[in-house]
Amino acid sequence: MAHQKLREVAKVIRSKNAGPFEITFDVIFDDDSQYARVKASGALSRDRICALYGVPEGDIVSHMFFDPARAFKLTLKRRWAQGSVGERDTFGAQQHAPLMDVEIAAVAR
Amino acid sequence: MKDEIKILTPNGILGYGIPKDDFQRGLDARPDAIIVDGGSTDPGPYLLGLGATIVSRAAYVRDLSIMLAACAKHRIPVIISSAGGPGIKRHVDQMVDMVREIAGEHNYRFKIAAIYSDIDKQVVHDALNAGGIRECGSSGALVAADIDLAEHIVAQMGAEPFYDVLRAHPDVDVIVAGRAYDPAPFAGFCMLHGIDPGIYWHMGKIVECGANCAEPKGKVILATVRRDSFDLEPMHPDERCTVASVAAHTLYEKSRPDLLHGPGGVLDLRESTYEQINPRTVRVRGSRFTPDDPYTIKLEGAGIVGYRTTFIGGVRDPILIAQIDDFLARVHAEEVKTYESVRAGQASVNFHVYGKNGVMADWEPNKTAVPHEIGILGEITAPTQEEADAICSSTRINVLHMSYPGQVATAGNLALPLNPPENPIGAVCRFSVYHIMDIDSPTALFPARIEEV
Repeated sequence: MAHQKLREVAKVIRSKNAGPFEITFDVIFDDDSQYARVKASGALSRDRICALYGVPEGDIVSHMFFDPARAFKLTLKRRWAQGSVGERDTFGAQQHAPLMDVEIAAVAR
Repeated sequence: MKDEIKILTPNGILGYGIPKDDFQRGLDARPDAIIVDGGSTDPGPYLLGLGATIVSRAAYVRDLSIMLAACAKHRIPVIISSAGGPGIKRHVDQMVDMVREIAGEHNYRFKIAAIYSDIDKQVVHDALNAGGIRECGSSGALVAADIDLAEHIVAQMGAEPFYDVLRAHPDVDVIVAGRAYDPAPFAGFCMLHGIDPGIYWHMGKIVECGANCAEPKGKVILATVRRDSFDLEPMHPDERCTVASVAAHTLYEKSRPDLLHGPGGVLDLRESTYEQINPRTVRVRGSRFTPDDPYTIKLEGAGIVGYRTTFIGGVRDPILIAQIDDFLARVHAEEVKTYESVRAGQASVNFHVYGKNGVMADWEPNKTAVPHEIGILGEITAPTQEEADAICSSTRINVLHMSYPGQVATAGNLALPLNPPENPIGAVCRFSVYHIMDIDSPTALFPARIEEV
């Protein structure tokens, strides 16, 4: 299996407010082997997330894999006030896009 | 007390429409209660700050009419929480008015309970001074000025105010509650039937979103709840609850999927199990609830921070697009020079550059993109609408006419679609209070009243 982007192996990649002060990201898989592959790859490590979004590690509220839903969960602090001055995404619904292009390493045969 | 109860939820938010056939299928299952939540902070602070409602009165009347007809015909209690969205007193009273109006039209006789969740500012100040308030998630520390800024402060009630009304008035037909934790009305109803708190909180947490946990996402859902398990079945025949769809729903809009804080405790889903009992129904077990001591509730308050005027325009000139960040920084510097209020930070000039990083700003990884066309939304906020208008006009004119290095097109920098080009859009709000408060009694701050129509 060659290098693939996360969007090619996940079923759902989304972002949304978790209350007015956090934005949460869900990556959900419908396939156990793809889930296990991404989980093992380190492609969504805390360091990678910080680099991808340009945020300090202290902005990560939660970062975990959740096996019952075959899902990766990430929550970041919202550094700007929801629905107030300077808002750019009231629902936080379009902050997921950089995750889509994260490269997932090929599986060794 | 029953061994098994059924709760029918017509949609995730009251006013978003109820598919009649699906709702009828739910009624055919003979539910013990119809419960729908009406609240959300997602649309932003203007709802609570301005006392606005999520949908129009007509939309509420449409949904209420369907539920109240079922209530009158089958004597199934209807429970509505977070009336209007923010759930302030005015919204509860407006919702009760609508119930009364519909009852009058159809000669329904109802016993109605209203439960309020408005919190007096002095109560919040006193709690802050006593050290009984802390941040909720990432909301930051509360300061006294944030309490004073709020136009309205409400608290999310837990299960107990619902339980108390249901216990004291077993014949209640309709409960209209102010702001409540979304699963709280479900939990309050289940408390009457000796169900384990881990089970009813988890059920409520899922079902408050209607059939959002189904595949494809739907509206009407039926929950069958027993002491130590619950089943979820969407009421549209083409929708299914699957182990994956139900487990995945616990991620939705939550900071984390396994430990969920609410009024009075923490729901722990780490040992929850999901079982497909038929092709469209999932059974959940093993969820646990750990009570907090002291009992805590979440406060929500929002107030007006200024008034906004906007302009929108497009740029197609490649020479300007290549230097747009520097250009807009120079426009901003002009406004700082001209307006004392911008200099002092009382007014602000923000540019959203669509096509570049209008959506993600600081979070955008691709900061150096050079598109062939960009859109600029100028967002000016000031202490008065008049001042916002003045600064917006000046900003728009500078964007339109300010010169820049290498300029070839000397007649104007911006393609303006709207005429007039500057648009005052009113008050801007902010969630100034979003904090956890310790309380002695889960019900004392949430008074109820009963009326019969």
